[in-house]
Amino acid sequence: MEFWLTQAFNGISYGAMLFLLGSGLSLVFGVMRIVNLAHGSYFLLGGYVGLTTVSRTKSFPLALLSGALSVALIGLGMERFFLRRLSRQSLPQVLMTMGFALVFQDLGLLVWGGDPYTLAVPAFLAQSAQAGPVFVQFYRLFIIAVAFAVGIVLWVFLERTRAGASIRATVDDAEMAQGVGINVPLVSAGVFALGAFLAALGGVVGAGFIGVYPGLDFEVLPYAFVVVIVGGLGSLPGVVVGSLLVGLLDNFGKALFPELSYFTLFAPMALILALKPTGLFGKR
Amino acid sequence: MTWRRAIALAACAALLVGAPPFLPPYALTLLTQILIYAIFAMSLDLLLGYTGLASLGHAAYFGIAAYVVAIMTTQHQASFWACLGAALLAACAAAAVFGLVAIRATGVYFLMITLALGMVTWGLAFRWVSLTMGDNGISGIARPSLSSGLSFARPLPFHYLSLVAFLIAFGLLSLIVRSPFGLSLQGIRETERRMRALGYDVWLHKYVAFILSGAFAGLAGAMWAYYDGFVSPVEIHLVTSVETLLMVALGGPGTLVGPVLGAGVIVLFKNLLSIYTKRWLLILGLVYIGVIVLAPKGIVAAVRGARR
Amino acid sequence: MSGVAALAVTRLSKSFGGLRAVQQIDLSLAPGERHAIIGPNGAGKTTLFNLIAGELAPTAGRIALFGQDVTRLPPQRRAALGLARTFQVNTLFPSLTVTENLLLAVQGTLPTKLRLHRPISSYRDLYDRARAVLESVGLVGAGEVIVRTLSHGEQRQLEVALALASRPRLLLLDEPTAGLSLAESQRLTGLLKGLDRSMSLLVIEHDMDVVFDVAERITVLHDGKVIADGDRDEVKANPLVAEIYLGTG
Repeated sequence: MEFWLTQAFNGISYGAMLFLLGSGLSLVFGVMRIVNLAHGSYFLLGGYVGLTTVSRTKSFPLALLSGALSVALIGLGMERFFLRRLSRQSLPQVLMTMGFALVFQDLGLLVWGGDPYTLAVPAFLAQSAQAGPVFVQFYRLFIIAVAFAVGIVLWVFLERTRAGASIRATVDDAEMAQGVGINVPLVSAGVFALGAFLAALGGVVGAGFIGVYPGLDFEVLPYAFVVVIVGGLGSLPGVVVGSLLVGLLDNFGKALFPELSYFTLFAPMALILALKPTGLFGKR
Repeated sequence: MTWRRAIALAACAALLVGAPPFLPPYALTLLTQILIYAIFAMSLDLLLGYTGLASLGHAAYFGIAAYVVAIMTTQHQASFWACLGAALLAACAAAAVFGLVAIRATGVYFLMITLALGMVTWGLAFRWVSLTMGDNGISGIARPSLSSGLSFARPLPFHYLSLVAFLIAFGLLSLIVRSPFGLSLQGIRETERRMRALGYDVWLHKYVAFILSGAFAGLAGAMWAYYDGFVSPVEIHLVTSVETLLMVALGGPGTLVGPVLGAGVIVLFKNLLSIYTKRWLLILGLVYIGVIVLAPKGIVAAVRGARR
Repeated sequence: MSGVAALAVTRLSKSFGGLRAVQQIDLSLAPGERHAIIGPNGAGKTTLFNLIAGELAPTAGRIALFGQDVTRLPPQRRAALGLARTFQVNTLFPSLTVTENLLLAVQGTLPTKLRLHRPISSYRDLYDRARAVLESVGLVGAGEVIVRTLSHGEQRQLEVALALASRPRLLLLDEPTAGLSLAESQRLTGLLKGLDRSMSLLVIEHDMDVVFDVAERITVLHDGKVIADGDRDEVKANPLVAEIYLGTG
């Protein structure tokens, strides 16, 4: 029983990190229909920047902020000066984002070297306690809290603000949105930066937990895509459900069938897609 | 076929057949590599250039075939034909299964799903250590030899084996794209809606194209395992899939010849670049970006455009 | 001539959420009949076509082609039964040549479309049929032209040619003269009138001259419902129809 509960808790915390990673991707996709292969790179770079910030300033909150903001700027630059030229041309966009992913990967190697690092988290978060049958690591609780907070803020932003409404309108139908006067290029740039911000935030958070190392960018990328595919592109509730599902499945899979753990990811995804090709909450 | 084209093709064929014995060793291995990747790129062109389906997980079939050859050769000492047959069968089977899930989607959804399927295959190769040796990969794959005693261990014979594989792939694919089926694929690429109204089972056509494409990718993968002597999850990685996509995009989708050229350019570039600098990945990334910005429709289209 | 209707639509309805695009439509075509559907914009004409062609699934009702229930069949299966259609907006294969467009149309209902072992150029009968259809619509000698470079009028001709290529038994034409000049319109009308009686025709049209020239029976749609159905004189004399077309409806 302890095993199951602890694994469930671990799965939920992993899912929380995946939520940060996937929410940005889902929004970017929903608004711009871009498959961003550099999304994992945002995660990685966020982690690296956060790492350096902590080692220089010893401030974890600052690390979170600097990591997320710096990468948001990079994302903004990518969209504004490069991706915008290829509006709605899926394949060239994908190839270009791959180019960026390679550039970022090598820059990461150049600046931070090839060794793996783990972010030094504040002492009180590094503890753990036994809460009844569940072994609770405080840092995992922290991740869940961050994801929850971000989720609420995103929800409020999307549902209750004008900017959010513009985004939702653009997700629904970009042409119509343009037609009713919504500044779609501005929305696109903003959402892309937001997506990068969220991914990088996930990266900083993840750095204290799974660490940062070369290759992490391409390791988390499929998770991001599976979360978004399963949940449905452009849907926030979808990302919540998708990330929880993937987090739990991956955790249990790794614990129970380590060699086939990717398969435990694949099977449900294939099943869901077989029934609903646009994902659980996706629109046709 | 015009006279000019026929002469050009004959000249190329003559060069391909006649030049290898005179090439220095490094150049020869590069050329072998190019031929193998050309098969891979052409297989993807069938799907992308002719059917209009951009697959981001095509390395899965390449890699699965490579692993089958690797495992069967190192653990079971199986013969060349058995390995080749099993590899092709495995690649087809994987394409058949993945196709069922992927083909229902279109456009960007298809990109995402094939990406995920490819990465899941990579993950299996990475984690199923008892079968695939995980990250360490499988090494010591011996070059094939036929029961008659003919061995392809040395570079030159193996090169000619690869050339034969390439020519067979090129020939078959050329036939397919010029056949009624091939024209149907192009129709699907252009206007699916009309194809349905005209009586075509679009799903079936796409599915068959998907499996055929996977089969040829598998052929390339099998040859690669023999060429390199070593197979690891890198063969199935997203980077490999995208690199091949770039070969097709660079050379010009829908031409078959374009992807061959694209394969040549990228293989040469990668290999020669890494000799001169450690930052070759960075430069490669910049080249990707540059190519998309400057020649979004590929070299072949750019050349044809420049000629006018 | 058999007694089976070429097309029998029974109580056909289609709703998109709360919007009732098509309501309880009854329509039937006798074999060889020339039938027009008219009505103001938004009356549901194209929706009706999409339902008959199989692109849309009805919310209720039944569609039968030559006596066979096709309500659940996808478009390609209906094509195999002899249905062909044109689209309101040119739906051609822009990067391919005119000949290639027609080859696709010709082989659409033939088993050759799945053959991958012989080049298509070896199937001379397909090319002959393509050329014949091309000539019948008046696009002679345009075989090697890339479709996207054709003029709008020529593309519209090709649009009809594609539908004729499979020798359909029931041909649906969605505003075939849209965007055509007077001369082009007249030529198309001549073509339609000259079509063999083995083909039944259902035409959506806005141009009343074309309608009264070609159609023997006319169905008038308004707000997704049939408000009149009869021959030329009956429809001309119908006060409801006059109301709608004179703008008081």
